[in-house]
Amino acid sequence: MAHGPAKGIGRWLFATNHKDIGTMYLWFSFAMFILGGSFAMIIRAELFAPGMQLVKPEFFNQMTTMHGLVMVFGAIMPAFVGLANWMIPLQIGAPDMALPRMNNLSFWILPFGFSLLASTLFMEGGAPNFGWTFYAPLSTTYAPDTVNFFIFGIHIIGASSIMGAINIIATVLNLRAPGMTMMKLPLFVWTWLITAFLLVAVMPVLAGAVTMMLMDINFGTSFFDAAGGGDPVLFQHIFWFFGHPEVYIIILPAFGVVSAIIPTFSRKPLFGYSSMVYATSAIAFLSFIVWAHHMFTTGMPIAGELYFMYATMLIAVPTGVKVFNWITTMFKGSLSFETPMLFAIAFVILFTFGGFTGLMLAVAPADIQYHDSYFVVGHFHYVMVAGAVFSMTAAVYYWLPKWSGKMYDETMGKVQFWIAFIGFNIAFIPQHFLGLAGMPRRYADYALQFTDWNMVSSIGAFMYGAAQLMFLYNVIRTIVAGKPTSVEKTWEGAEGLEWTLPTPAPFHTFSTPPEVK
Amino acid sequence: MAINATQKVTLKLVVAAIGMFLFAVFLMPPLYDVFCEITGIGGKTKGQYEGTEAAVDAQREVKIQFVATNNGAMPWDFSPMEYQVRVHPGEKTSVEFYARNPTSRDMVAQAIPNITPDNAAEFFHKTECFCFNQQPLKAGEETKMGLVFIVDPELPASVTTITLSYTLFDVTEATAAEVATIN
Repeated sequence: MAHGPAKGIGRWLFATNHKDIGTMYLWFSFAMFILGGSFAMIIRAELFAPGMQLVKPEFFNQMTTMHGLVMVFGAIMPAFVGLANWMIPLQIGAPDMALPRMNNLSFWILPFGFSLLASTLFMEGGAPNFGWTFYAPLSTTYAPDTVNFFIFGIHIIGASSIMGAINIIATVLNLRAPGMTMMKLPLFVWTWLITAFLLVAVMPVLAGAVTMMLMDINFGTSFFDAAGGGDPVLFQHIFWFFGHPEVYIIILPAFGVVSAIIPTFSRKPLFGYSSMVYATSAIAFLSFIVWAHHMFTTGMPIAGELYFMYATMLIAVPTGVKVFNWITTMFKGSLSFETPMLFAIAFVILFTFGGFTGLMLAVAPADIQYHDSYFVVGHFHYVMVAGAVFSMTAAVYYWLPKWSGKMYDETMGKVQFWIAFIGFNIAFIPQHFLGLAGMPRRYADYALQFTDWNMVSSIGAFMYGAAQLMFLYNVIRTIVAGKPTSVEKTWEGAEGLEWTLPTPAPFHTFSTPPEVK
Repeated sequence: MAINATQKVTLKLVVAAIGMFLFAVFLMPPLYDVFCEITGIGGKTKGQYEGTEAAVDAQREVKIQFVATNNGAMPWDFSPMEYQVRVHPGEKTSVEFYARNPTSRDMVAQAIPNITPDNAAEFFHKTECFCFNQQPLKAGEETKMGLVFIVDPELPASVTTITLSYTLFDVTEATAAEVATIN
C-alpha cells in the first residue's frame, strides 16, 4: 500500500496522484503568470511616455490581447485548478480525485493549448490582436490568419477546464469522508464545487463561440457576419454569456481561500458559514442573467439597459454578505498578521474597492462614459489581481509548509507583500483617474495630458512585477532551503482535515477515510 | 458502488457540457434573431408592407436621411439620388438610389437596410424596395433602384429624424435565395 512516487520523468508524465498533478498545475500557471506578466511589462513600458517608444502599435495590440488571454486562461484558472487538486481531497478526506486519469489528461493538454496560442507570436501576421474578448468581426473578417491557432488553443484549454470541473464535482459529490456532510464542507470546497458547475455550463458556450468563428472564417457561414445575415452583436451576447460567469469562475475559489485563511489568523470560526454558502450560490445564479451589462453601448433598448443595470446591482447584495462575514470573523478576533493573513486582508479591502467601481460601471447611463476606458482596466485589475492573484498568493504561503514540509521566511514573505500591495495600488489607482479623464483602453499611445498618471502607473506596475519575481524566489528558496517543519498544524488557529495529516503531506493520504464528527 | 456513482455523475456532466455547446451553436443564434424580430431592436426593418396611404398627418414633418455604403470590397458606385427628404407621416413617398457596376464582370448585389433610431424601425413601412430583391448588373451597366415608403403616423413623437442606411453586399458567388429573406 505505502509506496512512493515513480522515479524520473514518468512520475510527471503519467501522474495520477492528485498532489503531483496539483503541483504541475501550480508550476504551469506560475510559468504562464510570468509570461503574461512580461507582456504586461511591455505594455506598461510602452505607455510610460506618450508616443511610440519600444514597440510597434500592431505588436502592442498583440500584447494586450495575449496578456489577457494568458492571464485569464493560463495563470488564474489553472492556478485554482491546481489548488483544488491539492486541497480538495485533503479537505474532504478523500484518497485522491475521483477521476485520476482524466486529471492527467486535463493537465497535459494545457501545455499544448498554450503552445498553439503562444506560437502565433512567432508567425507571420503575429499573435491575436483583437483583444482578449475577441469581438467579431475584428476577430473574424479582420483577424490575422493565425486566428485559427488561437481558436484551437481555446478549444483545448476549454476542454481541459471542463474535464477539471467534472473531476472536481465527481470528487466532492462522491468521495467525501463518512460524516462529511455538504454543510460541513470547508468553504474552499464549496466555492470550487459551485465554480465547477459554472465551468461545465459556460466553457462549452465559449467553445461554441470560437467554433462559430472558425466556421465564419473558413467555411463560409455567417453567424457574426452582417454580409450573410448574421449579427456581430450576437457574438457579444454569446461571449458575455460565457464571460460574465467566467469572472465568477475566477473569483469564487478566491473567496474560498480567504474564507479559510481569515478564521485561522483570527482564531475564530468563520462567521456565517451557511450564509456564505448561500451567497456563493446566489452569486453563481446571478452571474447567468447579467451578461449584457458589458454591452450598454451597443444600442440596447432602454428596458434592457434597466433590467441589466438592476440585476447587476443585485450582485452587490450576496457579495456584501461575504465581505460582511469576513470582517465580522475578524471582529474581536485574536488577530495575527502572518503573510497569508496580510494578503487575505488586502484581498478583502481591494476586492471591495474593485466591487464598488463595478457598481459604478453597472449604472447604465454612467457606463456610457466609462465604457472601454482605463477606468474599466482599473476596475477589473482590482478584482482580478487584488482578488484572484492576491488570494492565490495567500494560499501558496498558507499551504506551502503543508505541501513541502518547509517553512517560508516570514520576513521575506512580508516584504513581498508590502512591495506587491504598494506597487499594485500605485499601478492601478491612477488608471481610474485616467479612465475618468477620458483615456481609452487598448491604445498604444495617448494624449499628452495623460502622461503623468501613466508614468506613475508604469512605475507601480514594475514594482508589482518585481514583487512577483520575489514571490518566485521565496517559493523556490522555501522548497530548497526552507527550515524543515513537521508540525501537523502549521498555524495554531487552523481547522480542517488537511491539518490532521503529517507535514509534509505524504504521497498517499486518507487511504482509509477519516471519521468526521 | 463508489465507481458507479462517479461514472453516473461524470456522464451527466459530460452530457450537460455537450448540451451547452449545442445550445450555444444551434439555439442561441436563432433565439437571438427571434428576439430581435419580436422587439424590433437591431434596426432591422420588416418585409414588404401591404397597405395604402392612411390619413396623412400634415401637421407633422419627419426628416428622412439616406445613407448608402458598400460592404468590404464591393466595387459598385452606390448612392441615394436624394440624401434627404421631408415627409408627412402617412404620406407615400418614393425615392431612388443610383447603382453602377464599374467592373468588367457581371455581378449581383444585395442591399441590407438598417434604421436608426431603433424605435423607428417598426414605423417605417416599405411598400416597394430594391432591397427585397437581388440586383444584377452587367459589366459597366448602371441603374436606378426604387424605394417607396410610408412613415406610420404612430411614429413616436420623440423621433424627428429617421436615418435609413443601406449596405450593398456582393452576392455574386453566394447562393441566391437565402440572402433575400432577411430583409
